[in-house]
Formats: sequence, C-alpha cells, structure tokens
Amino acid sequence: MGTYALPDASGHYGPYGGRFVAETLIPALEELEHAYQEAQRDPEFRAELHSELRQFVGRPNPLYHAEHVSKELGGAQIYLKREDLNHTGAHKINNAVGQALLARRMGKKRVIAETGAGQHGVATATVATRYGMECLVYMGEEDIQRQSSNVFRMRLLGAQVTAVSSGTRTLKDALNEALRDWVTNVESTFYVIGTAAGPHPYPVMVRDFHRVIGDEARVQCLELTGRLPDCLIACVGGGSNAIGLFYPFIEDKAVRMIGVEAGGLGLSTGQHAAPLTTGRPGVLHGNRTYLMEDEDGQILPTHSISAGLDYPGVGPEHAYLKDSGRAEYVAATDAEALAAFHRLCRTEGIIPALETAHALAHAFRLAPTMRSDQTIIVNLSGRGDKDIHTVAALEGIHL
Amino acid sequence: MSRLAGLFAQLQNAGRAALIPFMTAGDPSLTATVPLMHALVAAGADAIELGMPFSDPMADGPSIQRASERALARGVKLRMVLEWVREFRTTNSYTPIILMGYLNPVEAMGITPFAEAAATAGVDGVILVDLTPEEGRGEAVALQQCGIDPIFLLAPTSGQERMVTVRSMGSGFVYYVSLRGITGAAQADWAAVLQRVQNLRQQLGLPVAIGFGIRDAATVAQVAASADAVVVGSALVDQLAECATDQEAVATAIRFIKPLAQAVRTTERRSA
Repeated sequence: MGTYALPDASGHYGPYGGRFVAETLIPALEELEHAYQEAQRDPEFRAELHSELRQFVGRPNPLYHAEHVSKELGGAQIYLKREDLNHTGAHKINNAVGQALLARRMGKKRVIAETGAGQHGVATATVATRYGMECLVYMGEEDIQRQSSNVFRMRLLGAQVTAVSSGTRTLKDALNEALRDWVTNVESTFYVIGTAAGPHPYPVMVRDFHRVIGDEARVQCLELTGRLPDCLIACVGGGSNAIGLFYPFIEDKAVRMIGVEAGGLGLSTGQHAAPLTTGRPGVLHGNRTYLMEDEDGQILPTHSISAGLDYPGVGPEHAYLKDSGRAEYVAATDAEALAAFHRLCRTEGIIPALETAHALAHAFRLAPTMRSDQTIIVNLSGRGDKDIHTVAALEGIHL
Repeated sequence: MSRLAGLFAQLQNAGRAALIPFMTAGDPSLTATVPLMHALVAAGADAIELGMPFSDPMADGPSIQRASERALARGVKLRMVLEWVREFRTTNSYTPIILMGYLNPVEAMGITPFAEAAATAGVDGVILVDLTPEEGRGEAVALQQCGIDPIFLLAPTSGQERMVTVRSMGSGFVYYVSLRGITGAAQADWAAVLQRVQNLRQQLGLPVAIGFGIRDAATVAQVAASADAVVVGSALVDQLAECATDQEAVATAIRFIKPLAQAVRTTERRSA
C-alpha cells in the first residue's frame, strides 16, 4: 500500500469517523483498540485467523466469471466475488470470526451484536457457539418480521434474539440498544459491530477483517484476466462488504470503485436509505459521517426492500472516499434490485441476497456502456435464500 | 459570576447540595414545559436540566427514550427548546438552566449559532452526552465564548488521564455518572460512588453532580451528603408521562420534587 494511511491515530478519516460515545464506553474502546493493535502484531493471532477463514469459513471463495449475463448485456465482463459461498452465506462471517477471536483473546465470555437482515446476527451466533461464548443479538421488531428465517437460525445456534421496539424498530434502533447493553455490561461483554461504522476502532477493525475479500479478488483477477479490473461494484448499507473489496485497490487509481446505496422507492420520494447520495455529514452511533437527517438534525426513517441496507448512516471511510472523489456512490431502487435479483437467478443459477442485488443492478446498467474486454468485479456479498419470502410476497405468492 | 458558579458558592455557604431535576422539553406536552420549569423551582429545585429531544438517544433508558420520542412526535425543535428557556427567563433570572442532549441536533444548527442563541435565551450550561472532550474542543470553546459552561461527563470507568482533560476543558460542574449503565437503570453501589466524589472534586476543582439511578428521597439524602449536586431524571419523567393535563403535570412535579428538595435541605454535607 502506498500513501493512503487512514484512519489517523485518533480514528479520523479526514473530518469523518472519530469517537462520539457516552463517557462510560471510552475506556472500553481504548481497551479494544489496544487489544486489536496487539493482536494484529501477533503472528499467532494472524495464523489462527487465517486458519479459521480456511477451515471454518471456507476461504478462499471463487471469483466467478458470469459469462451468461455478461454476454446477454453485451458489454464488460462481469466477475462475481462469491462471498455468498462462505459459511453462513455472506461476507459478514469474515468480521465475526475476527472479532470473536479478539473477544476470546480479551477474555470476554459474552458477545452482543445488532443485526438488520440477520446475516451479521447469524454470523455472530455461529462464531459465539464455535468459541463457546454466550450470545445476544438485538434486532428491530420490523426486521424480525421480514427476516423470520434468520431469527430462527440464530435461535437454532443457541443465541438469544431480543426484539427492539424503540424508534423505527429497524437496524439503527438495534444498534442503539446494543450500545445501551454494552454501556451496562462493559466489563463482561464484547460488542461485535457488524458494519464498518461506529466509534473508533470499529470502522478500521471491520475493514481490516473484510479486506480479505479485496485481497483475494485482486490476485484472482490478475490470474484470470492478466490485469486489474476496470471497476469494482458493491452495495453499501453501513458499507462493510464494499470497504472490504475496495480497500486493497485504493492505490490502484485506474480501478473505479462504485458503492450502490438503497434507492428504495426512488430518491425523489424520500423513501430510501441513501445517505451518501442524498444526505449530509452529522454524528450518529459514535462516528461522524453522512446521515439521512432532517433540518433539525433528527435522524430520518429509511426505507429499503432489503433489511441489510435499511440504515440512515454509513461507514466513515466511505464518507471520506466520496468527498475525495476516489469512490463514487450511486443508488438502485427496490424495483431495479428486484429485477437484478431475478436476472442473476435465471442467467447464472445464483440466488443473490436483495442487498447484493443493488450492486448487481448497477453493474447491469454499467456493463453495456463498457467494452467487452473490460471487467467489472461485483461483490456477491450474500446469498438470497433468506429473501425468498420477501420476493414471493411481492409477487403475491404465499410460501 | 455565572449563575452556576453563584449557585454552588451560595450552597457551599449553606452547607448543602443542589437538587437538579431533569425533564424532557416538550413532554408531557408542549404547553406544559415552561409551567413545569417554574413548578420545579417552586418545589425547591436549585437548577434545571432540560432535555433536548433526539431521535436516537443511545445513552438513555426507556423512560427518557420514550419522552424524547413523544416530544419529537409533537414537533419539538431545538429552537423551540431555546424559546422556552427565554420565556422562563422573563420571570426567573436566577435559576441555572442546563441543556442536555446529543451532538447531532446542535451540529445541525451549527455550534456557534447554537451557543449564541442559547446564551441569548439564558442558558447556563450544556451537556452533550456523546461529545467527549477529545472530539469536543471546538464546541467547548464556542460555548465558553458565549458564557455557557460546557459540562462533561465522568464515569466509574474513567481513568486519570480523563480527569486532566476534563479539568482543562470543562467548567460549571462535572456530571458524574454513578453507574455503568444508561439513565434510569438500577441502583448504584453508593458507598463506592461517594468515596470517589471527594477525590474527584479535589482533582478537578469543580463541583461534582451525581446522576443516573437516583429515584427517591432516601437516595437523594445519601448522595447529597457527599456530592455538590444530585440529578433526578427518569423517575420524574416517568411520573410526568402519566399526566393527562398540564395542571396535573405541574401538581405531580411539585408533589414529586418537594420531598427530594427537603432531603437536600436537611442533609448536612460531610466536609468537602
């Protein structure tokens, strides 16, 4: 890596990031920061993480050439980084394994997590079981309804799932509740944050645990095509899968990086979850970043067909990459995501998560404008089995 | 001398702690806010913490969360909160008012416009729960330039380095969070808390207010023996939430605060 060296020592990415939490949590964040720095320097920790990613998660996963859909679109070659093939079906497990190993190293016996779509909750429940820790997952009441199969999976794995009924009853409120739990139980508990946001050191830690996505994709792309990709595309809610893919390419200035936010019912309707595209900087959940807020600084309710993107903030590094112009951020609507979902099912035999379908929607828009010798890597961040009830319901089918 | 410094000097002479109730602006109704502030003073409050509602109050327990949600649903804006303080000041020029809330609504207004408007309205101190001294250097200076005390929190988990930072940046008083939890949570280990207070006051050279988990007169008396101020929040907010009319809210506030005010007035402080 060349000149890009963010965050700075206090966890800032330019004006973004930082540590905005109640005083009670400051010592816990400092303890976490030190423990993480030590772990990173410890060859044994790195070796164990590597081994777990191979043996338990199933890495490396393929970079798959989606030939049929590429041909159908008649433009750039689309490659899919198959995070959906990881154990538990999404990229989330990379970070959950990393944080759980760190929790064990710190002697914490209890882990808590927030979850939106339930993928991070399932990943955390999974690793908690694997490393013998008690696990409690906070999930908004509304998300519990639309992601009932993931709720059941978490319970099968021995986790306790607690419904959050405050605020908008979605991911942001689950995050508030998990923070409240952590404030109360800070000595016994490790808070496994599921996205590259929150107070320092979470954004950098989550990015580092997910950079394996981009590191693998870079090598695989060179092997398969003989050169770097022209463009990277990933969906952005909090932005963990996107930053994991983007980070190892930041110094490769010729590689375009595009994050796709949830356009919901359309940006003009206000019913969406696209803070980078439409929001402005503010402070929420421990960091300064782009937010969806009203003129009085109150956080706005969000809407997305996918629970995992239904969040009014975004990781601070994306805020920085947007302002610096290094990455671009666009939105795809519910309808566009749904169309992309079906298209991938029928062209490649892969059912993508609805979150991921937003990235695919933009790739399908962009590919026809590019030459057939150019390549796009899409982060296929998760599989869509969890979403079949949502998709069926939209089509009037009762499963 | 600022109202807060004046209050603590006066109570030092009187040999007792201050009682500071917390209420959320705009709850249980928009029209009750100013009458309630006067009622708290009439019942014996020495200063008032007025909550600025926020959509995501991550350090608050269910009582204050719900109060914030209700206030926002009634359309409360930060400018309305400042207007209520101004209205209160037309007939009360002596009771310190401390605004308490989260950074984002303040930042949306802009820290300097906020500090100027708050000073004009008659605000004395500001507590922003999610603004640490490290991140809040600019905000603290902007507030102090307008004559408003930036009040920081300290917790049982805070280390020595923290004391030094808060000492250099905070003024008015220090808010000591008496337990490792959210507002309205279970009772603290008071013996340990009170032992820490003596220490804090000496190190910081600032009065120490204690809050979180104080719900009744007996606890107020216990805390008032050591602290410079006792903050009662969730318990009052809970009582007010039950009130159907403004008159009932005012009567409830007076009934609830009186014995607590009595408790600080009959508790002699151990030598500070």
